[in-house]
Amino acid sequence: MDRRKSIKTILVGTVAAGALAEACNPEEKKTTPASAEKSTAGSGINRMKEEAEWEKEVRSKTFFTPDEMATITVLGDIIIPRDAISGSASDAKVPDFIEFIVKDVPSHQTPMRGGLRWLDMQCLNRWGRAFKDCQPAQQMEMVDAIAWPDKAKPEMAQGVAFFNLMRNLTASGFYTSPIGVKDIGYFGNTANQWNGVPDDVLKQYGLAYSEKELRECYDPTKG
Amino acid sequence: MGDLQVKKQPKKYDAIIVGSGAGGGMAAYVLANAGLKVCLIEAGPMFDPKTDSNQLRSPWESPRRGAGTRFRPFGDFDGCYWGWEVDGEPYTQTGNKGTTAWEWWRARMLGGRTNHWGRISLRFGPKDFKRKSIDGLGDDWPIGYEDIKPFYDKTDRLLGVFGTNEGLENDPDGIFLPPPKPRLHELMLKKAGATVGVPIIPSRLSILTKVTKDLGPGRNQCFFCAQCGRSCKVYGDFSSSSCLVIPAVSTGNVDLVTNAMAREVLTDKEGLATGVSYVHKDDMQEYQVFGRTVILAASACESARLLLNSKSSRHPNGLANGSDAVGRYLHDSTGADMGGIIPQLMDRRRYNEDGVGGMHVYAPWWLDNRKLDFPRGYHIEFGGGFGMPLYGFQWDIQKLNGKIPIKGKTKEAGGYGVSLKEDYRVLFGSHVGMAGRGEAIARRENYCEIDPNVVDKYGIPVLRFNTSHSEYEIKQAKHMKQTFAEILHAMGAVMTWGADDGAHNNWGLHAPGNIIHEAGTVRMGNDPKSAPLNKWSQAHECKNLFCVDGGPFVSQADKNITWTILALSMRTSEYIVDQLKKQNI
Repeated sequence: MDRRKSIKTILVGTVAAGALAEACNPEEKKTTPASAEKSTAGSGINRMKEEAEWEKEVRSKTFFTPDEMATITVLGDIIIPRDAISGSASDAKVPDFIEFIVKDVPSHQTPMRGGLRWLDMQCLNRWGRAFKDCQPAQQMEMVDAIAWPDKAKPEMAQGVAFFNLMRNLTASGFYTSPIGVKDIGYFGNTANQWNGVPDDVLKQYGLAYSEKELRECYDPTKG
Repeated sequence: MGDLQVKKQPKKYDAIIVGSGAGGGMAAYVLANAGLKVCLIEAGPMFDPKTDSNQLRSPWESPRRGAGTRFRPFGDFDGCYWGWEVDGEPYTQTGNKGTTAWEWWRARMLGGRTNHWGRISLRFGPKDFKRKSIDGLGDDWPIGYEDIKPFYDKTDRLLGVFGTNEGLENDPDGIFLPPPKPRLHELMLKKAGATVGVPIIPSRLSILTKVTKDLGPGRNQCFFCAQCGRSCKVYGDFSSSSCLVIPAVSTGNVDLVTNAMAREVLTDKEGLATGVSYVHKDDMQEYQVFGRTVILAASACESARLLLNSKSSRHPNGLANGSDAVGRYLHDSTGADMGGIIPQLMDRRRYNEDGVGGMHVYAPWWLDNRKLDFPRGYHIEFGGGFGMPLYGFQWDIQKLNGKIPIKGKTKEAGGYGVSLKEDYRVLFGSHVGMAGRGEAIARRENYCEIDPNVVDKYGIPVLRFNTSHSEYEIKQAKHMKQTFAEILHAMGAVMTWGADDGAHNNWGLHAPGNIIHEAGTVRMGNDPKSAPLNKWSQAHECKNLFCVDGGPFVSQADKNITWTILALSMRTSEYIVDQLKKQNI
């Protein structure tokens, strides 16, 4: 069912039309990621006094240096590059998310800062320059040394731990962005009428609703 | 602070209610609709889901992408202010040998924790009120199922709950709205449950799949966004704020005071309650309000704290505490969990399977404890599906993507790039998790008391906890884990979490308090020597004092307690109306 149509269907005859229509407005921004990103600046979401103060404090600080941010950007785009389906981590502004989240979750700060420095020291020793200034082939050689936990050399263990965290934060930032939500194919967060698993999916899995379920369960087509 | 003085409100109310969650909200609703004048005190700010819910916000609208903070441990969009910690309001532990620290969740907002709860609305069964008679442990309630049944019926009608009548002996039928059809993984769970002997039936949640004429005002049908945890803008599920307090206030009979932290219950020379003193968080001034009755609904532990902090010459051990039972018999639901990836669910067709906020099916307790090595049961809750991606999305994929063939190919764990993006897509929506929620034995030696050395920022003495698990709970957790493994194996799962627990860590049994079902601290009983309250949740030693939260529970069954808090509060509130009318109190 078309989403707009389904919302309209629900709104007819309810006193909550205002509230629901208002609630649905942010949805419209899904099609315009840039403005959606901007809307986080003031955090239109509900805040109690104490958490608004905390967010203000977090936003007032800068954690990563420009060099660190550059390294995060290179690493992020190695982890989530542009492909046939969607854009890259930097397209989804993942580095900005990582800057925010390490201030919001301070336990990430030392592993991230220390991990970035560890990476630079490895590159300095190997090629005489920081990771971000290395040739792409050198960067990939370095990443390959730490991106595969089961086959990485024991002396790379700290690098593996850092890369795991970097992978986690990059995925969290990317798949919660408009680009990432579209990529992963999450179709929820919208008013609808649940009427069970689609028939073709049931058939694919060799499953069916029982007579008891069909008799007892909510069916929007029966009103 | 300068000019500190106590401001006494001249108005005399019929009732002062402390706390606006399930118990307090129901009391306010019943009393206000009976025409009584009520003052409702809430320690947190105003909250109306219609305007304040984060429902339908997209993940990127949160700068932390929905991650939890100490202000909202269940995530940035969650509908509960505060949680395990509240700034300026500490609690402590005795640290006695053999104890496990109690984890105390405190909501501070209109409606309390009902704004974000799981809406699991289960009636206690006939056996749940008479456990001592069955297994010799704990105590029987002074009431039975037949006493509370009419109030469950009325609660079902007033607030709405979906489910099915299954005719189960100890999971009583109710007045149910139609449940939503099971999701794909839930159909698979039902099938797997049948093969290992765990009956799985439609869940029972207070969410409106249908609007009926019996419901309270302002309610609308659920539109299946799965976000009950954020609270519902259209009042499509039960929150005390939307369904009880706001309608109660609209009668004109309730004066609601938010940001008011109760300090103590005031009493007169005869030892009767006269009102409540509180500190107002906005102006930090001290206030007193007076009423013919005082109804505590501040949460089981906060209500016990209030009583213990209300000492007088008539009540030297704390108000209504001649039994020395206030604060004791503290217990929570037990909890243990497990999850895995179902290979059949990998790389599947996308569609909106949000459904309602929570599971569409569950497993009520299905075995006979006489044949087991632990005395009480548990039910199983299920999770899975295409959930909204939030902070933590497929965290630690390197532990997974080398274990399970992706599109028929076994890959090296970890990695990056185009291949990693494929892994995230293929694994999305393939996870199934389950959680056991069981009954712990209420024991006298599990208690909260006033810490003699510590006060909160308002100068109110704080609670100190002393809680431990017994072998019963640990054996029950072991049984949960074995059951979960059987169900998951029957589904062909690759276990991803919770499967490594064992005797070394009590089978993953959660810390007491962690399941957020605190109960037992102001229990009811016929004997004033062993229980602070009588069968009406009325204090034996102070007849115009009542408690209507989780405090009065003698035991909490293998059922989430909210629906029983509501039914008991309604029963007590109708009793109060009657007794005030007869001038007995």
